[in-house]
Amino acid sequence: MKLPVKMTINGQSYSHEVEPRLLLVHYIREVVGLTGTHVGCDTSQCGACTILMNGQAVKCCTVFAVQADGANITTIEGLAKDGELHPIQQGFWEKHGLQCGFCTPGMILSAYQMLERYPKPSEELIRHQLEGNLCRCTGYHNIVKAIEWAAEHMPAKK
Amino acid sequence: MATVASDRLFGKSIKRREDPRFITGRGQYVDDLKLPGMTYAAFVRSPHAHAKIRKIDTAAAARHPGVVAIYTGKDMAGVNSLPCGWDLRKEKNIPGVMQDLAIVPHMPLTSDAARHVGDPVAIVIADSHEAAVDAAEKVQVDWEPLPSVTITEKAAGAGAPKLHDGAPGNVAFKWEIGDRAATDAAFNSAPVKVKKRIVNQRLVANAMEPRACVARYDDATGELTLWVTSQNPHVHRLLMCAFVLGIPEHKVRVIAPDVGGGFGSKIFLYNEEVVCSWASRKLKRPVRWTSSRSEAYLTDAHGRDHVTDAELALSNDGKMLGLRVKTTANLGAYLSTFAPAVPTFLYGTLLNGVYAIPAIHCEVTGVFSNTTAVDAYRGAGRPEACYVLERIVEAGARAAKMDVGELRKKNFIPKFSGAFQTQVAVVYDSGDYGAAWDRMLQMLDYKKFRAEQEAARKQGRLLGIGFSAYIEACSIAPSKLVGALGAGAGLYESGKVRVHPTGGVTVYTGSHSHGQGHETTFAQIVADKLGIPIEQVEIVHGDTGSIPFGMGTYGSRSASVGGTAILMSLNKVIEKGKKIAAHLLEASPSDIDFTGGQFQVKGAPSKAVPFGAVSLTAYVPHKYPEGLEPGLEETSFYDPSNFCFPFGAHACVVEVERETGKVRILRYLAVDDVGNVINPMIVDGMVHGGIAQGVGQALCEGAVYDGQSGQLLTGTMMDYALPKADMLPMYETDRTVTPTPVNPMGIKGAGETGTIASPPAVMNAVVDALAPLGVDHIEEMPLSAERVWKIIQGAKSAR
Repeated sequence: MKLPVKMTINGQSYSHEVEPRLLLVHYIREVVGLTGTHVGCDTSQCGACTILMNGQAVKCCTVFAVQADGANITTIEGLAKDGELHPIQQGFWEKHGLQCGFCTPGMILSAYQMLERYPKPSEELIRHQLEGNLCRCTGYHNIVKAIEWAAEHMPAKK
Repeated sequence: MATVASDRLFGKSIKRREDPRFITGRGQYVDDLKLPGMTYAAFVRSPHAHAKIRKIDTAAAARHPGVVAIYTGKDMAGVNSLPCGWDLRKEKNIPGVMQDLAIVPHMPLTSDAARHVGDPVAIVIADSHEAAVDAAEKVQVDWEPLPSVTITEKAAGAGAPKLHDGAPGNVAFKWEIGDRAATDAAFNSAPVKVKKRIVNQRLVANAMEPRACVARYDDATGELTLWVTSQNPHVHRLLMCAFVLGIPEHKVRVIAPDVGGGFGSKIFLYNEEVVCSWASRKLKRPVRWTSSRSEAYLTDAHGRDHVTDAELALSNDGKMLGLRVKTTANLGAYLSTFAPAVPTFLYGTLLNGVYAIPAIHCEVTGVFSNTTAVDAYRGAGRPEACYVLERIVEAGARAAKMDVGELRKKNFIPKFSGAFQTQVAVVYDSGDYGAAWDRMLQMLDYKKFRAEQEAARKQGRLLGIGFSAYIEACSIAPSKLVGALGAGAGLYESGKVRVHPTGGVTVYTGSHSHGQGHETTFAQIVADKLGIPIEQVEIVHGDTGSIPFGMGTYGSRSASVGGTAILMSLNKVIEKGKKIAAHLLEASPSDIDFTGGQFQVKGAPSKAVPFGAVSLTAYVPHKYPEGLEPGLEETSFYDPSNFCFPFGAHACVVEVERETGKVRILRYLAVDDVGNVINPMIVDGMVHGGIAQGVGQALCEGAVYDGQSGQLLTGTMMDYALPKADMLPMYETDRTVTPTPVNPMGIKGAGETGTIASPPAVMNAVVDALAPLGVDHIEEMPLSAERVWKIIQGAKSAR
């Protein structure tokens, strides 16, 4: 049995019939074809699949596609606007916050929500907030620096 | 006229050129690939640590909707064992062999017995991933469970169940290095001796991207393309074609696109990529397999797993007199690609460390057990050597009642360049160990720390410091030398430079970047050498279809070996360019200089042609030297004359929470000497990541098997604890620079230093913190809060 789902991803509307057991991450990667969202584990530890779902950072390996029916989703592909990198993306580039790049999309979207909640986070807070995202390359040092850079360069909220 | 880069880029922290695709989600990893007609594979794996296969019934699974094919080992007639690429045998005159390597079969799909949990026995291929996984559950295997052994010290013990007919007593090999008699003599007369059991636990690499492959056989051309998460696509191709499948190499193309970290685990030829390639040829359809993380824990080669008795002999005033090491190395159920090299030539040869130790002897027994195969993991043998040495050195200092820093300083090999002959075969290239040490102490302010520690102890706080003065062998490796030691391969690297008519340059490197940033660092070398803007340089890696045979990336060899191969080709391009320029300028080639992107007549700077004009002439050879071939493209293979030996001094400051046993890292300092550095930002990043992995080993990581059932207890990321951001500090790093004389750029290698240096620094720090409780040694890692709490309780009750 398949069920209809409809959602907006990066401003574009998608509708498909999917198996109820299909995970949102597989929907995004395999059905929609946006492969920037990664799968690094099968127990919701690594955070490589983090997306924004209705404004919340969500590990989409832990959500069924059918649960996201009607949702508004942003993936890493949708973060840069009109060819302009988001300050968090820019921060990761400036501060060498990535090496192999696999955890990076999830890190960036996790940082997105972090900076919405805490526009001027301390180092300690950044480290604590990154608890749901694993990186094996950077030792986190430059990821912390990247998020600090982004915090300094985020446009002021209206 | 072509634009000319104004500044030298070598040594500059320029931003990475590969990052834009990664930060926008447009990296192309293997699992991102979709091909028409794709099929999806799932493997049926052993749930037992050790079991005979009586029968495999695939009938029900084959009826599952969407299933395309199911194969077991019996279907793969004519397919050979996965090869082991390192042969430790006396008949091959391999030095140090005491008992020949037992070369045991490792079939892509085992059909007689499973020897570890996760051992694959069948592949199920279907139209969708879901159908493949569902059908795999319907494959019925009639198992006859057998007793298993997973524990390193028990694997070769009396009564341990036998894994392989060809390996009596589960001994894979026995090997030694150093001078046994001289070492025994040193111990016989030494006034101070210390002996400790030191365990280097089993680890899992945990690259964030799980392994994956897509195999596509095109029966129209007879070509097989394999996209695979590989650190060395040519090695994958060679091993798979020549040794396992017996298919022609020139009909196989291996592509390693963006790869999400390797740390050694993606060097090796694995069962799954071989079986998918074989199946694709059979089905004439693409076959894709992506490891789940749980499968990764069961099947990615594990690392370390040594149990060692180490002894240090000292004079009364703290001079090292002898080192004796006896290690049991657990190799797992099968011999992985380079497994025998790791606990032997990559381990024993590093036991001289940075110290002038007059006598060393090391003996290693490799054993089989019902566990996942063990092979190189970041550092590979060198972390194990550093760990043994730096732990026993601090234990020795305590036995000699000396400061751990003073004892080290007393024994450092004095500054040298060119050659230092160790007691364990290798010859160091250059070193100034005291300088790195002194810089680290200066950053630390050691005296101040000891005063703070004294004050903290009076308040009952458990503050500690630990050090690690390490050496490692990089720039792997001179082919002749490793051949004499048992390697089945050469360890040179290739670099091809293709200059395009309009002056742009594409470089094809046999090195593979899976996080190392070669697209940036190699381009820095090229832009400098040719005097062209870096935007005109493209680095291509990871495709056997376009790159000359290369050995790939591991052993911190890319910049020093791969980079040198590129440099050699650049020199050839310039030499040829001089001939073309001389013709254009009506001068002799010997009178042409090449600087700042200009070929010019010596002493007459106005008589010059830019690089772009020469490249255009090479492809439009109207006005051209007689007898010179058109075109501007050069290929080089660089085979290093020696290893390079980076070194450094690390320090870790910890506080242990007395009530809970929780270890908190307050400071981590690293002074590394990796020779000359192309891009300091990238080197710093690798050092950071390496430290984190080493801290992970010391504080939280460890692959644990149940001693009874042989099940892997740490089989998911929920159970295997990886270091997280909140358990790590900002690292305080610096460098000293002692260029190597081995290669022209003076680069030693930087990819593994952090992982090598940090575990003993952290462990030593915790021992120091617990010293007031009477603790003078801790045998095992990781130092979970529970383990430390137990040590604290044990120390209390002992008092």
